[in-house]
Amino acid sequence: MTFVGYLVDAVSLGALYALIAVSVGLVFGVLRQINLAQGEVMAFGAYSLWIMRALPSWLAILLCFGICVAGSLVLQVLVFRPLRGASALTTLIVTFGVSYGLEALWLVVFGPEGKPVSMLIKLNDTVVGGAIALRWITIVDIGTAAVLLIGLYVLLFRSSLGLRMRAVAEDFSIARIVGVRIDRVVTVAFVLCGASAAVVAVLETVQTPLVTTTLGLSLIVVALVGVVLGGLDHLARATAGGFIVGFVNSLLGSILPEQQLVFVTSLTFLFVVVVLVVRPAGLLAPRGAGAERV
Amino acid sequence: MSSESETVQVLACHAVTVAYAGLRAVSSVSFAVRRGEVVGLIGPNGAGKTTLVNAMSGFAQISEGSITLNGAEVSHLAPEHRAHRGLARTFQHGRLFKDLSARENIELGALAVGCSGREARRRAAALLEETGLLSLAGVPANELSHGDQQRVSVARAVVAGPAFLLLDEPAAGLPAESLAELGTVIEQARSGRDAGVVVIDHNVEFVMGLSDRVVVLDHGQVLVEGAPDYVRHHEEVLAAYFGSVATEGLSR
Repeated sequence: MTFVGYLVDAVSLGALYALIAVSVGLVFGVLRQINLAQGEVMAFGAYSLWIMRALPSWLAILLCFGICVAGSLVLQVLVFRPLRGASALTTLIVTFGVSYGLEALWLVVFGPEGKPVSMLIKLNDTVVGGAIALRWITIVDIGTAAVLLIGLYVLLFRSSLGLRMRAVAEDFSIARIVGVRIDRVVTVAFVLCGASAAVVAVLETVQTPLVTTTLGLSLIVVALVGVVLGGLDHLARATAGGFIVGFVNSLLGSILPEQQLVFVTSLTFLFVVVVLVVRPAGLLAPRGAGAERV
Repeated sequence: MSSESETVQVLACHAVTVAYAGLRAVSSVSFAVRRGEVVGLIGPNGAGKTTLVNAMSGFAQISEGSITLNGAEVSHLAPEHRAHRGLARTFQHGRLFKDLSARENIELGALAVGCSGREARRRAAALLEETGLLSLAGVPANELSHGDQQRVSVARAVVAGPAFLLLDEPAAGLPAESLAELGTVIEQARSGRDAGVVVIDHNVEFVMGLSDRVVVLDHGQVLVEGAPDYVRHHEEVLAAYFGSVATEGLSR
């Protein structure tokens, strides 16, 4: 594979992380809380695809969406509602605990062996062979992320619901005084997070058709680092941060010699540390902006 | 408060106390405003005016007493539920959504209380014109001057078509020539939309000119209540204001 092929793959993984990052950014936007448990909603969705492996793909995907949205709403009610008003650090720690608890639950229920998901396996076929080695799933990843992110932009900036969401994100208490029904806005945010988790679960299981217990946490930690890199308090920048981290992660995985692949995550995090030392408010934040960190 | 007053549409405070860490910012205050009436709430700095408005709008918790809207207690309701029952307010420093444009801020005021997108846009356009803000409609709120932010803030409250409007320092930062325009918007809310209005401002002359009745607060308590002319010459009011910068408009 040539460097162009590596770049296309990196854009594809970046797009996937951008979708995860946008979920984290949405919840942080409306509640000022960090949803680390989002990764386990994705893992739940991926396991559900394994459970429904005998069903037609379209039906399994449809049900996966329902399951992820339901899972996201359950988290909202059981974890985030009681913690409303708590600091971002508190929710980070609590949802970290929830993630570990759910990971242990997957271990008990599904066992330590990975579960194979062969759904839509044909998407791994190459579109263009030779040096570029472009796969269908790469195109689907990039296309899906682009469509969803544009859709989210339209929702936020061209709809009355989006106007309410932006108002809540900017000033929760004034939005309430004006009359915005906060619970509805928060519910919509978690529905969007659930839908995004389902998309990631489907795309991830096509690319890596083995669902393991560590799937959720490994994805969300990298995405969260991306969100912090981009700027936690700005959705577009957080999403771009997720993309950049996914891009760098994938590119390092492609260009490093095989015996050094173990350093991919460390080098990605080193890149983020260096960026944050130079630009504490985030890589994409305006110069002089205050840093919102946890 | 008489039971008769509760049969008409009334926003009323019944012996409301607001205390922070043992300090009583508002102490056993009772007063009411009817629909179609403008009540001025004045008093020296620290008298508890903003705290009282905060309590009425749900922005601050009351420690004792109750607040009723048309006879139904609303003290326990969240701010958004009070807004849906017809209570709108402005803040001393605008408190606009700074990333939203002037038009979006105003539209939000209508959308939040259940107007359709089309109706919200229609109302916002009418108010932008009425308040002379049409040329600034697309400007983000954080780029507006303080005075323009105040005008958008009033428009955001008025656009909801509230039954009761609580205006906290709406004239602050406004040039003299804009005061008449603001007065017209408030008068329009009262007569055109039959809203009951509570207005706080340090510009006592402005408040006196607008109000049917004036309530004077001092040290968190009602000092005097009555018609503007009665309050203007009241000895206790003059004494409370003596030495204060906010004497303009008193005893003239």
